[in-house]
Amino acid sequence: MMTPYTLVDWVLGDGAGWIARFIGAVLVWAVPITGFVSFVGLLSIWLERKISAHIQCRLGPMEVGYHGALQTVADGVKLLAKEDLVPADADRFLFAFAPILAFAGTVVGFAVVPFGPGLIVADLDIGIFYLAAVGSLEAIGVIAAGWASNNKWSLFGSVRAATQVVSYEIPMGLAFVTIAALAGTLSMSGIVDQQQGWIANWFLFRNPFTWIAFIIYYIAALAECKRAPFDLPEAESELVSGFHTEYSGMRFAIFFLAEYAQMYVVSAVAVVLFLGGWYSGIAPLDAAVGTGVAGKLVGAGIIVTKSFLLVCVQMWLRWTLPRIRLDQMLYLCMKILMPFGMLTLVGSTMWEYYFPTPEIAKVGGGWTGNTVMTGVVVAIIGTLSLIVYVRSVIRSTPSLRAASNP
Amino acid sequence: MDWPTIMWWVFAAVTLIPALMIVLSKDIVRLAFWLLASLSGIAGLYVLLGADFLGFAQILVYIGGIMVLILFGIMMTNRDAVLMRRGENTGGTTVVGLLIASVSALGLLKVISDTKWKEVPPVDMPATTSPIGEALLTDYVLPFELVSILLLVVLCGAAYIARRRAEEN
Repeated sequence: MMTPYTLVDWVLGDGAGWIARFIGAVLVWAVPITGFVSFVGLLSIWLERKISAHIQCRLGPMEVGYHGALQTVADGVKLLAKEDLVPADADRFLFAFAPILAFAGTVVGFAVVPFGPGLIVADLDIGIFYLAAVGSLEAIGVIAAGWASNNKWSLFGSVRAATQVVSYEIPMGLAFVTIAALAGTLSMSGIVDQQQGWIANWFLFRNPFTWIAFIIYYIAALAECKRAPFDLPEAESELVSGFHTEYSGMRFAIFFLAEYAQMYVVSAVAVVLFLGGWYSGIAPLDAAVGTGVAGKLVGAGIIVTKSFLLVCVQMWLRWTLPRIRLDQMLYLCMKILMPFGMLTLVGSTMWEYYFPTPEIAKVGGGWTGNTVMTGVVVAIIGTLSLIVYVRSVIRSTPSLRAASNP
Repeated sequence: MDWPTIMWWVFAAVTLIPALMIVLSKDIVRLAFWLLASLSGIAGLYVLLGADFLGFAQILVYIGGIMVLILFGIMMTNRDAVLMRRGENTGGTTVVGLLIASVSALGLLKVISDTKWKEVPPVDMPATTSPIGEALLTDYVLPFELVSILLLVVLCGAAYIARRRAEEN
């Protein structure tokens, strides 16, 4: 099955033989994607250090390069030179294989992550479903690592990772299905194409339920990346370093690269599903740049910027929230996110059934009555949650409580 | 050899070599990981046959769900218990095993050579995802719902049995 809307086709043109296509696809994997993963790793690790430092009123790395920009490169060289230890009674084969599986399981996700109009390795017909399927490969790598290390802390990390996978996958799937039902396709570029035009056409604003779907997806994505508050498999304060306690040198670095690459993948998927993909949300701007080379470059800039903003939000959450316990994670995924996910799916399809999105909005029109209604509902929900929040703050602060009930 | 034939051999090897290793391996966790490789080979064969949805459903269900649960189960059991030891390999078991294997292999080879295989020229496969979705929600909606209810009942039953055991202990 050949889909004509991919990076290889764009470079090679139509009518290339399968050998040329195969070599082209391998080169696309080898050079730009792996290069981009390394770039994501370098930038994200630096960003994480700076963001965590500024959240904690520190400066972070300042010595190597401008504001420590080259610190990650220096650390990479250090990790390359470190001794690669394997514990005495470890399962040597699985110990060596686990980081490869974790990294490969993350990087295959980049096959369907678009970088702009037509800039996608393989625009599969089953885009989101593919991502849901390969998303768990990384967890298998983590489980293998914890088992192979022959270390009790690592094994605890593995068991937690397995528990976490079976918990977050269901709400994440429900969020995917909500958007697939609205878009009528699973293809990543098909979903993005329905969000062109003004910002109101983004799936986030399509109806009041897609907001909930976005929040559910984002929480589940945090769990998929094993980021705080879901860093249970790692849990430095309880399990030393969890599944990668026994790893050193480059194998440890590969686990970290996989984690940061996955942070980018889940953020890019959130951008594609909810935040308009490579469209800026300003209809005349997108129309002006078109879909030529300029359009591809601008689109790539937009989608990478949006994705990195979401990556920064993940870091912000990590350095703000404490880690939750395992039973709290199960409670959250099974008893809160799953029912809300079902509510979102039913609500969103019902809303679309009773207030169908006009065709003009689908192909890039302006603000519609539907959007105004969405805005009203969101404003009501926002106001109610603000009231609940303010009340809880008043209740939990003794001086305010005393002032409100004399 | 053309492109699909090469890929078919690759996926066949990815399916069969790990399957052999499952039989020969002694470590139960290793065995689970060989099963993982074998199942992904089958997923590759599905994709090669143009059933891309089925192939990734295989990955989602077997690798993402069942394999994680199998590994979870194994890790909960003791590492160097009975599971690590398999039966003693005496001469008699080897002879009997070889006998059974060769008889079944001969039978299978006879069946394979006698069957008149229908050869179909390779075609570009149409998209499968939306026809599957439409079929499930139109023609097959009743079986689909019945299977869902069956699975729900099984789920509730499993949870009930697990909880009873825990309380009795």
